[in-house]
Amino acid sequence: MKSLILNATAQPIIASRRSFIGTTGMLSAAAVALLAGKDSLAQSMGGDMSKDTAILNVALGLEYEAINAYQLGAMSGLLQKPVLDIAVSFQSHHKAHRDALIATIQKMGGMPVAEKKMDDYAKALKADSLKNQSDVLDLAARLELGAINAYLGVIPAFGSKDLAKIAGRLAADETMHFTVLTNALGRPLPAGALSFGA
Amino acid sequence: MGSQARTVFIGCWLLLGAQLASAQSAPATAGSALRGKDIYDARCSACHSIDAHRVGPMHGGVLGRRAGGARGYDYSEALSKSKVIWTRETLITWLTSPEALIPGQRMGYSMDNAKDRDDVVAYLATLKRP
Repeated sequence: MKSLILNATAQPIIASRRSFIGTTGMLSAAAVALLAGKDSLAQSMGGDMSKDTAILNVALGLEYEAINAYQLGAMSGLLQKPVLDIAVSFQSHHKAHRDALIATIQKMGGMPVAEKKMDDYAKALKADSLKNQSDVLDLAARLELGAINAYLGVIPAFGSKDLAKIAGRLAADETMHFTVLTNALGRPLPAGALSFGA
Repeated sequence: MGSQARTVFIGCWLLLGAQLASAQSAPATAGSALRGKDIYDARCSACHSIDAHRVGPMHGGVLGRRAGGARGYDYSEALSKSKVIWTRETLITWLTSPEALIPGQRMGYSMDNAKDRDDVVAYLATLKRP
């Protein structure tokens, strides 16, 4: 398992608790890429887009929670390298998701939901019960699995195929996270095929 | 038949009667709460917890509660104004198609498989108010 973790961190990652705590004030490169060439997105979705923006806002809520969960994990001091580096990387993905979702919601004329205070996330996620690295990884894995199924589950509800595709891409990132976390915890991967999004 | 045996006999009939009455008024479903918990953990817990509001409202004590009735959660206008009471039947209808039950709500997720819905609702029915 260690080799997997080391391989996963082969790419240089700026990993420090300071950078972990930092926030992005502008769209990340990933968000820009996700939305590139999608200027026609809003125009292509005639009719009532409020339902789609409502779903995107739920997704945005999930991303806020994930960002704060990894933040709480890092601030707990329970994560050791190289696991911390991976958590930093995963949190950066969730920040990119957040930026992409905010930009998309705004492009559609919607109002992105606001992020809660970190204390609210800590309370809801029972952060005070995290006692060791495995506890943090277990929480992260549970959240990632839930996000996979949530993103896959809402695909049929989108009126826009473009948004459905974005949900699929977000789910793919979360699946990558879940897989690595599951391995880090020493747990078996799902035995059967089609285990996600049922 | 002695009086003790008669008492036991009558007791058995009363018990049987009570069970039949209970079965007649039983919920439309009798899912497996155990399996329902596994499904809940995998698919619902992204947004929901038993004892805390997260992206979605807490589920502890949901059975018998009015839709939009969990204190402290910021519901959509549709849920806030809803008169729906969460019974096993309405929960199954909700999981089948939230929008069909309460138009304008915010949950984009639905559960296609009837057995999954039955089991999740069986699990939800076990959750007490925190």
